[in-house]
Amino acid sequence: MWYLCVFYHRLLDYRRPEVQSLAELFGGPGAGDAVEWRMPENHHVDSPFHLVRLPGDERLAAQIANRSLLVKGIYELWGQGTTYEELERAVMAYPEERKLPYLTPESTFKIVVDSFGKVISFQEQNDIMKSLTYIPFKGRVNLKKPDHKFFVMETDDYGCNNGLPPVAQRTVFFGREVGAADRHLLPTYQLKSRKYIGPTAMDAEMAFLMANQGLARPGKLVYDPFVGTGSILVAAAHFGAMTMGADIDIRVVRDGRGPDCNIWSNFEQYKLPEPLCILRADNNVPPWCPGLKEVFDAIICDPPYGVRAGGRKSGGRKLIKGTVAPYTVPDEKRDSHIPSTAPYSLAECVHDLLHLAARMLVMGGRLVFFFPVVREDGVANPAKYPEHPCFRLLASCEQILSMRYSRVLLTMVKVGPYTEEVEKAAEERRREFRENHHKWMEEGNLHSAVFSPADQAAAAADGKPAIDRDSKPKYRGKYV
Amino acid sequence: MRLLTHNMLASNARGAVTGYPLKLQVVKWSTKEAEPNPEFLRGMLPKIDWPALVAATQALGLPELLPEAPPTDAELSAEGAAADEGSALRRLHRALLEIHIEEGALVCPDTDRCFPISRGVPNMLLHEDEVRN
Repeated sequence: MWYLCVFYHRLLDYRRPEVQSLAELFGGPGAGDAVEWRMPENHHVDSPFHLVRLPGDERLAAQIANRSLLVKGIYELWGQGTTYEELERAVMAYPEERKLPYLTPESTFKIVVDSFGKVISFQEQNDIMKSLTYIPFKGRVNLKKPDHKFFVMETDDYGCNNGLPPVAQRTVFFGREVGAADRHLLPTYQLKSRKYIGPTAMDAEMAFLMANQGLARPGKLVYDPFVGTGSILVAAAHFGAMTMGADIDIRVVRDGRGPDCNIWSNFEQYKLPEPLCILRADNNVPPWCPGLKEVFDAIICDPPYGVRAGGRKSGGRKLIKGTVAPYTVPDEKRDSHIPSTAPYSLAECVHDLLHLAARMLVMGGRLVFFFPVVREDGVANPAKYPEHPCFRLLASCEQILSMRYSRVLLTMVKVGPYTEEVEKAAEERRREFRENHHKWMEEGNLHSAVFSPADQAAAAADGKPAIDRDSKPKYRGKYV
Repeated sequence: MRLLTHNMLASNARGAVTGYPLKLQVVKWSTKEAEPNPEFLRGMLPKIDWPALVAATQALGLPELLPEAPPTDAELSAEGAAADEGSALRRLHRALLEIHIEEGALVCPDTDRCFPISRGVPNMLLHEDEVRN
């Protein structure tokens, strides 16, 4: 059945994939791919109004909306029009047997008038509600806990629409609410009231979106190899998943900022079951037992890619370069020795992550991670997203961070088994990384691309501005 | 660190053949009650290396906790298993989810390299001369 799906005007790229992931979560395998989308006439794809066909009944729609963060509501659309007269004709033409069950005398109801891109005064709202006399409401009004909620929603008909490309014609929708998002968990989990956070702690809304993309739910095991202060695992644990995390920095994972301010205290703060395990390990040399069966249902992480915090891996710089023999740690100092680390390039980090996921994820398990992109001509280039024979890319959601740079949340699903061939190819590539450590560091290091872009300097020398600031739609800012 | 983690970890230091199972040296351990999660345990059971788990409980001085052979799925799903203190489900729950190793070490069976566990966090990081080439 087709529904009207109204989104919050945020994180535009993340909205449809979230609905599809939740369809898969509640509807079973294949349900995510079965979701169909359409835009209402005259609407730009960035508009908050979408039409969606879900592979299931109304319960599925309600489940999706209730768990989602970006769906404002999912509605059974009774009619739409460019004017209120057109709306009336459309609602009148909507089949009676779909309408009457929700208009019975023993039920209670409420009507909400909502708008996008304009303000409707209280008086106007009242007038609009009174104009709905052609709908035979028989029930009693209950504003607090109505059985049925009806929505009149209209968009503006002139100029810029909340920064979106102008809508040619006003649209008015009338629908019955099937389910709505509960964003109350955001104030609960907001970072500013969390005890233990670090400079790269994941924003609560984004962490929940990542957990949704990873299909976190009871009975599943979620792993974050770059756990930091645990912000992603907190979101996964909120949805009932068991969690496990690792980090190369022992201060972050073990000590935190004291006995009451560490990863464990973050879980305690929200009364969530604490992680199964937090360990200190290097994603470059993962300590998992060789014959281990595929064990994780999702790997969700924000790899260190060298802008806010650079990645580190085991082995000193000189050792990897091969110019000096490895420093041998004297036996008496082994216990207290602090191993040196080398920079971890983006290319190698992502390769290790995909390899780990191929080996450790169950079939159909999901890998969800952020991938940084240097924007060319104002768009991220999908040809540059990492690929792996075991994985199929399900969604790529861009979040623009600055003029030159954005990050893309990639959601992949494991579709191929981890074979000897895959293992051999990874081993081969690992050797390459070791031999070309310095070359890779330069090519794969996003930091240099962002902070010392050579092409920009060259373009400035030609007398042309490096970036045409007007070429990009302004509404796609950091928060949208 | 819980025993489930012990079951999954191996030494990857240079010289280790399989590096598995790690020998468990316990200085301090505790029991913390955990929410029952039978669904999770049933999913986990086929992935567990049973002898390694039994060895770990023996290292803790709990030889009676687990039987020699892993419980069957039917035993775990048996009616009343969640309420019965001695049921296979409750024992597995206790072994995997309620026992926490606070201080101790994991020792590589091949090289005797010792990975310390301090304040519940195993440190699996290698020294620079141990990374395999």
